[in-house]
Amino acid sequence: MLGSPSSWRRIPERYGLIGSRCETCKTNYFPSRQICPVCRRRGKIVEKAYTGKGKIYSFTKVNVPPAGFEIEAPYMLAIIELDEGPKLTAQVVDCEERDVKIGLPVRMVFRKIQESGREGLIHYGFKFALSK
Amino acid sequence: MRKVAIVGVGLTKFGESWHRGFREMITEAGIRALADANMPGSDIDALYGGTMAAGRLIGQEHITALIADSMGLNPIPATRVEAACASGSVAMRAGYMAVASGIHDQVVVGGVEKMTDVSTGEVTSALGGAGDQEWELFMGATFPSLYALMARRHMHDYGTTEEQMAHAAVKNHYNAARNKYAQYQKEITLDTVMKSKVISSPLKMFDCSPITDGAAAAVLVPLEKARKYTDTPIEIVASAQASDTLSLHSRESLTRLNAAIEASKKAYGQAKLKPSDIDVAEVHDCFTIAELIAIEDLGFCKKGEGGKMTEQGETALNSKISVNTSGGLKGCGHPVGATGVKQIAEIVWQLRGEAEKRQVKKADIGLTHNVGGSGATCVVHILKRGD
Repeated sequence: MLGSPSSWRRIPERYGLIGSRCETCKTNYFPSRQICPVCRRRGKIVEKAYTGKGKIYSFTKVNVPPAGFEIEAPYMLAIIELDEGPKLTAQVVDCEERDVKIGLPVRMVFRKIQESGREGLIHYGFKFALSK
Repeated sequence: MRKVAIVGVGLTKFGESWHRGFREMITEAGIRALADANMPGSDIDALYGGTMAAGRLIGQEHITALIADSMGLNPIPATRVEAACASGSVAMRAGYMAVASGIHDQVVVGGVEKMTDVSTGEVTSALGGAGDQEWELFMGATFPSLYALMARRHMHDYGTTEEQMAHAAVKNHYNAARNKYAQYQKEITLDTVMKSKVISSPLKMFDCSPITDGAAAAVLVPLEKARKYTDTPIEIVASAQASDTLSLHSRESLTRLNAAIEASKKAYGQAKLKPSDIDVAEVHDCFTIAELIAIEDLGFCKKGEGGKMTEQGETALNSKISVNTSGGLKGCGHPVGATGVKQIAEIVWQLRGEAEKRQVKKADIGLTHNVGGSGATCVVHILKRGD
């Protein structure tokens, strides 16, 4: 099991959708990158906060979960394309599989993601919900 | 650079191997490969081994030291490589580079995974390590779900159907039923696949490769020395590898693997061959959708037509191109680190004319396509008879 620092250091990204942007080629990244693969050392990486708005790029209903997600299953998992460009993987909550379609707008919600066993840390972060 | 030939291959029977552990399996495969090559162990100069998750699955690291010891090959150098499900092919490529460069002459390459000593949940988590732990697995992704996300998008973009995917599983079980090394030697129907339990929609149980124990080995030598060991050397005419983002979501497209396209382009260039020259191919069908995407990426059909090509039977045994004659990962089984080396063994048998009931009639040139994770690594080898 991973220690607490492995979780704490991801808090800005997981709680606040803080990623990065290359000012040289104007490309947005999430999660953040230390080097822009396009511009390399000519790139200028700065912090970038995302609005949490996006749309469904692809989705699946996970019936057989990995260890740690047993009580969550079944759940909807999707690749979300953020309005600012980058894509990410997240659960989609408060919906049925039949409600989810590629292209539907979604917004970020703050949720519990998992816990490290009975006495470990509770990990929070982003999930998404269909926009009304 | 020297030309490199394969002079011996060996496999264990794939499946749930309760009575044998990691070391028994890889040692058996190694002994078979050396016997096939008519080569005394004292000729071997180096060993390369591929395994993905021995640390998680059997609590053992330092596995190539274990293999060299168990095979009685000390004190030769023994090196482990790891690239998730492509570990076996990356080990093959390491062996190929060692012989091609002239650093070593006779090299043995092994691939192995012992997967049934831990629970299914633990296997699922260990295999998850092939993806991005912090940004995919942390969010509840599993490997079936990542390939399901690819499948859903392929269906959306190209009209691919669940039935078309299911056809890949039916074909691969047909081939596996003709392979004595396969985990499942039983044919299935389209109905079996379509009515099986949904694992991660739209992928069902029979769209997924199983959990498998198994090992595979191959012996490589410079082509000019190959006749000393065998009358039927198989030349490695291309060995190419490429990488892509670890996370599926970081890619521009979910319906192609850029690493596969890149590696296959390089491989066709090295071999001076084109996709239509390939007679038989072993491709990485960890899920049925992966086979459809593989045949598109390799240029066997146009982009988006993998489903149609599969449904029309053009990848069946002795059709336009025979794909996954071993049964593939789906039918033959997928002991992760062994898979890439098993693919090589199958192509070697096909090119030698030793593939028994699943022999392809015209098998002059064969290809292997082995993917790590959701496509962050891909290795393509092209083989042909060395005469």
